[in-house]
This record gives sequence, structure tokens and C-alpha cells, in this order.
Amino acid sequence: MTVRSTEPLNMRTLPGSEDIIRQTLPNGIIVIVWENPHSPSVVVDAFVHAGSIYEKRPKAGLASYTASMLMRGTKNASFEEIHEKIESVGTSLGFSSAVHTVGFGGKSLPEDLDLILETAADAVRNPTFPNDHLERMRAEILTGLAMRSHNTRAMASLTFYETLFGPNHPYGFSNNGYHESIGNITRADLRDFHKQHYGPTGMIVTIVGNVTANKAMSLVESHFGDWDNKKQPDIATAPTVQSIDCIKKQHVSIPGKTQTDIVLGYVGPKRSDPDFQSVRIANSILGVFGMYGRLGKTIRKKHGLAYYSFSKADASFGPGTWRLIAGVDPSNVNTTIKIMLEEINRLILEPVSHEELDDNKSNALGSVPIQLETNSGIAATLSSMELHGLGMNYLQHLPKQIKDISRQDIRSAADRLLDPDTYVVASAGPQ
Amino acid sequence: MSASKSRLDNGLTVILHEVHTAPVATFWVWYSVGSRHEHTGITGSSHWVEHMQFKGTKQYPADSADSEISRTGGVWNAMTWIDWTAYYETMPANKIDLAIKLEADRMANSLYEKEDVESERTVIISERQGSENQPIFLLSEETQAAAFRVHPYHHEVIGDKIDIESMNRSDLYKHYRTFYTPGNAIVVAVGDFETSQMSSKIETHFGKIPKGDKPRVFIRNEPQQRGERRVFVEGEGETAYLQCVYHAPAATDPDFFPMIVLDSILSGASSFNMFGSGISNKTSRLYRALILKGLAAGFSGSLSATVDPFLYSITCAVRTDRSIEQVETALNEEIEHAISHAPTEEELSKAKKQARAMFAYSSESVTNLGFWYGFAEILDDYTWFTKYIDKLEAVTSSDVHRVAQKILVPRNRTTGHYIPNDSKIN
Repeated sequence: MTVRSTEPLNMRTLPGSEDIIRQTLPNGIIVIVWENPHSPSVVVDAFVHAGSIYEKRPKAGLASYTASMLMRGTKNASFEEIHEKIESVGTSLGFSSAVHTVGFGGKSLPEDLDLILETAADAVRNPTFPNDHLERMRAEILTGLAMRSHNTRAMASLTFYETLFGPNHPYGFSNNGYHESIGNITRADLRDFHKQHYGPTGMIVTIVGNVTANKAMSLVESHFGDWDNKKQPDIATAPTVQSIDCIKKQHVSIPGKTQTDIVLGYVGPKRSDPDFQSVRIANSILGVFGMYGRLGKTIRKKHGLAYYSFSKADASFGPGTWRLIAGVDPSNVNTTIKIMLEEINRLILEPVSHEELDDNKSNALGSVPIQLETNSGIAATLSSMELHGLGMNYLQHLPKQIKDISRQDIRSAADRLLDPDTYVVASAGPQ
Repeated sequence: MSASKSRLDNGLTVILHEVHTAPVATFWVWYSVGSRHEHTGITGSSHWVEHMQFKGTKQYPADSADSEISRTGGVWNAMTWIDWTAYYETMPANKIDLAIKLEADRMANSLYEKEDVESERTVIISERQGSENQPIFLLSEETQAAAFRVHPYHHEVIGDKIDIESMNRSDLYKHYRTFYTPGNAIVVAVGDFETSQMSSKIETHFGKIPKGDKPRVFIRNEPQQRGERRVFVEGEGETAYLQCVYHAPAATDPDFFPMIVLDSILSGASSFNMFGSGISNKTSRLYRALILKGLAAGFSGSLSATVDPFLYSITCAVRTDRSIEQVETALNEEIEHAISHAPTEEELSKAKKQARAMFAYSSESVTNLGFWYGFAEILDDYTWFTKYIDKLEAVTSSDVHRVAQKILVPRNRTTGHYIPNDSKIN
């Protein structure tokens, strides 16, 4: 047997418009299939536009609560019947709610794909919100929120978003809700939210694995093809936000903890921003490359202040975030923040070296085949390409996009979004 | 193509498996050293040594190795567990030679500079502090310590803080030199390569490493427990946690596979692969008894495949409107049921079908396969993995019943309560 020639980004081996099958059903659902006949399984990755952006602050958590109730009973099956069906054959199926979308999907052996799609379709189309499950779920959510309020990492993150986006922006409150808001949600709220927001508009179903495109398409069509919801509104867009113009500090005191978590950050890019890839590479330099980029080098390796110190640039439909994150001893919080700001300043003022830029660009391209090794990795990539309108040849165009990024692009991206004099810093810890 | 196993003259075990479905490869080195091999005073040394192994050699100074791997788009990491320490690189297949050279080099030539030891000391203290922020870590540390009075499974992998504060460079370097020898290691490569070529590259780079002495391992077996033990941990928060741990069979014990089925029936199917994920457990017995009855907000069952007998543990997050005693009573009723009744044939066949599916999922990526082969070889032999499904299929209902009667009895149990200081329940 000979070894294949394996340049890191061999276009012929990556999914593209030639082998991705993409069809739009008459009701608007977009179906994407990539056949992987070598695989022992098949993965479904789907989205509906029913996230927390469609709820109001006093009912924060409504979208997430609704999604968590979908498999608790339908017109056709009880909770027990639904789960017996999927668990007895070792398939997984789950729902998770985010700001814009509710994602659902799972994994099965090839012969059980029909069962996953049938169960998922019944759950999104016919939930009954049975009272006993509804109250039990409420108690579980409330216990989860109590745990969150004592989790330093979760509280630093939540406080960061609340402070950065403010109470009037859909990104400025928790999509899991709060103790008071979860208490306010009624069965009628859940039913109404479902009736209005679950529908085929903007829905995407991606299927990757050991199934033919024809079979996958016909299964999606048979379970979702006749779905219609005239009440479903247009897809919501997130309001823009002003960049912050001062330093905003917030601390959550949780006495009894041993470590403080810090999140320092800014409004980040939209996925559709023309400089998104530059921001991505700039972030890689700042807090990802190797073990955590420059932040890892200074905060972890040089000063030994933290086990984790990294950065994230998250971009989605609306304004994203660019965050620097670390968990440190409470006595080292100010030192850590000072180093974070120094690194931000350096990224804005000093051009990155050719070598550092090349290393990070090379990493961004070289990691693609590894991300695409599994069905789940391919499905997530194809769904993201569709959600953000990147086109089915995104992976073919990526090498040029990355290669074209210059040292000046990195500085410009940092200069546009970062500022050592105005930022939000949220922390949670014992003091 | 199936896996092949061979041994170099210096004692290094080599397991290779060609997989050509994607242009990637993974390279692992497993060492038979973990917290099981530590005594009081150097607890946490295996984990600290793992950190030091990223601090460089003469040939690959710390940052250069990191950059070289990352430049290819590859990932590298390591993990330390009670029985083993494992290092891996997953990379574009045409770059995998770098992993071979780097791992061979750091098997023998890591520097352990004094200043790196000191900066890593505070990093590891920070890692421990992050864990201490989690109530479940605080509780598990105490229940595990109470369950093992004699055996070194007594302490957490990260080590006791006093030892992290007091160990020095020579303690760590000695641990490294004692256990990082070819005869105490297993190399695994899985992915898009040709076996004969890979084999000769491994021979070239690892073959010249001196054999070294066989490490003297000092293990004290845990005597049989003679009655239930109870521990209480008080701490910050609103949520109480209950943890029940039972001494469980080792991976090579004939009772181990019936124990997997028992765990699956009680708490749902899960994978031993650290990169694998489980499926939902909403039809498991404990979900019905604890969650559907409105007592707990979450629970998990955990069985580990280990060299010596370790623990089967069940951990529950108590709902904030319920008491820990209510959860414990309901849990014990289920445990008693498992002792007094054999599982039904339906339950047995469901557990087996779930295991087959999870096995298929967790064998999909080269990284997962690399984990499986090395893990199984450390425990026994790599065929522990390849024969996994056959051994599970052979389990009968009466096997599961017999093992439940042996393992789940109160005298074999340690029960831990995490009592939160901000509880809303009296």
C-alpha cells in the first residue's frame, strides 16, 4: 500500500462544491450532505432560528427552557418512549440553545439515521410541554443557576457580557436566565414561544457520514418537508453596539473560593466583517498559538501566574467579543491584568515579526485537515459555512485569504478592536 | 489493516495501525507511571514531571518544540492519570516525523532547569486552586482518601499542596529518570503512514536510547474494607453533593466486564476513552430514581479501567429544594434492588447495543484509536481493546447480579457529603 501525498491543504481532499450536496426544500429548509462511506457512523447537525434573541429580558431563559422541553413529550410519544427509542440503540440526540439559534443533532450507526431524524422532527414540531416535566425542569434549571452563582469562571464570563453589552442588548443577559426570570415563565409562555418561533425559515440540516446523499435528502424531506409556520418572524439581527469609551470593572465576590477568574475584553468582530481572518490570526498570536500564544508565554511560562491564560475572538451574526481569560491566585489579579494590557499594547504598537505571522498562518491552515477528520468536525464546519453565508467553496478559498494577511493587517485589526485604555474587566473570586 | 505490535531491543513496545481515511496521523508515548507510583512527600510528582517534559531539551528548547508542532497545524498535549502518563501529537500525516524525533528526544534528554521547576510550581498550585474552586473536587479528594488507607490510589493525581510546595528539582528529575525508560514505555502510531516505514523511523530514533534499569515499583495493596466509611466536607455554595464510592475490580479482573454492564444499567453508557463522549442516560435506573423523582439535578456513574482495583463512584448534585438525605435514601434503594434482583434480558441487551455503538464512535479518529491502544497495553495488552466487544457480549445477567452482590454492599462503600454553607434547606 502506498501512502497518499498529503500536503496540509490538498484541495482535492477537502469538502467543496464538487462533493457537498446542497439543496433547498420547498419550505425553505437547506439540506447539506457530505458522504463519508469509510465511516462507521453518521452525524446530524441542525439549526432553527429560535434562540434567546427572540425573548425579552424579564423572561430571560425562555428560549433555552423551551429547547430543553422538546424531548420531554410530544403528541406522538411520551418522555419514556422518546428516550427508550434513542438510547436503546445507542444513538445520541440533544438540543442546545444559543443567542440566535437552537442547535440539535446527534450521532448514530448508519441504520439508525431515520430514527434520529424522525425523533428530532417530532420533538421540534409536536412538543406538548407536560406539566410534571415542566416543573421538574424548572427545579433543575434553578439548581443549575445556583451552581453557576458559585462558579468563578461562569460568573466572571456572565458579568463580562452583562457589562460589555448592557441590559438592553440581547447579548447582555444570560440565555440560561436568572432565578427570577425562570420563576416567571409559564407553560403558556413556552407553548407560545414554540408556536411562534419554531419553523423552517432559516433552518439548516447538515448530514455527514456513511449514507448516500439521495437517502439523506429523502429522509429529511419525509420528516421536515411538509413543515410550515406562518407565524414565524423574519430572522432577527443583533443590534450594533458602541465601542466602550472608558474602563469598566466589575467583581463578583464568592467568599470561600481559592482562585479568581478574570475576563478582560472588548466588542469583537462580526463573522461577516472583511477583516475577520486578520482578527482570527491576531488572536492566535495573542492567546492561542502553541500553548496560549503570547499570553501563555508571559502569564503562564514566564511568571508562573496561571494554569490557563488565553484569548478568544468569537464572531457570529452580530457583534462578537474578543476576550483575554485567566484563572489566578487572588493576590495576582492586578499583576495579571497589567500583563494583559501590556500584551494588548504590544499587539497594537509593534509589528509582529514575519516569523510569528508565518507560524500562525501556517497553523491556521495546517489544522484544517485535523478539524475535518471526523464526521462531527466536517458537519460543524459545513453548518457554519452555511449559517454565515461563506459559500460551499470556503475551504478552497481559505488558503489565499490566510496567505494574504499582512503584518499591517494584524496591527489594524488589533487597533480597530483593542485599546489598553478602555476595556471591560470582570472577575469572580474570594475577595 | 489491523494493528501490529513489536518490541525493540531496548524493551520499547511499539504498536502501529495504518488508517488511510484522512491525511492525518497521531503519535503517542505512554509511560507506566502515575500517582500510583508515588509515596508520601512526592505526591503529584508524575503530573509535575509531565509539565516539565514541555520545558525543553538541548535539541528542542521549550518554545521551539511548541512552535514547530503548532506551525504544522498539529496539536500536542499530555495527560497524567493514576496508572499512566501519556503524550501525543496529532498532525498532518506528512509532518509526523517531527513527533517521532521530539518524543524520542524527550524520553531521555529533558533539561529540568531550576527556574523552570520554580515557575511550574506556581502554575501547578494555580491548577490545583482552580480544582479546589469546584466542590466536587473537594469531595472526591476526601472520599478517595477515605476509601484507600494503604494503597497509593489514596491521593489525587495533582498531589497534596504541601508536596507541591516542598518538592525540588532533584525529586522530579529522579522520578523522570526512574520511569522514563524504553522498557517502561509504549509507542503507538495510528494514521496515514506505511507500517514498515514508520517502524524503521521509530527504530532509528528510539532504538538508540539505553535500556535503563527496570523501575522498582513499591505498591501496597489495599486491605479489604470492613465496614462503610463516611466523610463530610463543608464548603462554599448552595448545592449539596452526594458521592458514594465502592472498591471495584481492576481492568483485568474477570468481574470487570460485568461491572461495565452494571454501571451502564444503573447510570447509562459511557466510554473509557478520554476523547469519547457518552450518550444520554435518561432511561437508566438512577435517572428514573433520582431525577424523575425530583430529588437530584444531575448525577453520574464512573467506572475506571485501572491496573489495581480502583473505585466505582456515583456522584449526585442535590436539588436546592431537596435534602442530601433524601437523595441518599433513594440511591440506596436502587443499590439494594441491584443486589437483590438480576437485571432483565432487555436491560442486558440494551447495555450491549449501547456499548457497541459507543465503541464505534470512539474508534473514529486516529487520536481516539491512539488512546485506546496505549491505554489497553498499559492495563494488559492492546487486545484488551480489540476484544472489548467480545468480552462484553459474553456477560450474562447472572454475572452482573453476582458482581452487584459482591461490589455494591455497604461494607465496601465510602459515602461522602458536601455540605454547602449557603443551603436553603434545613
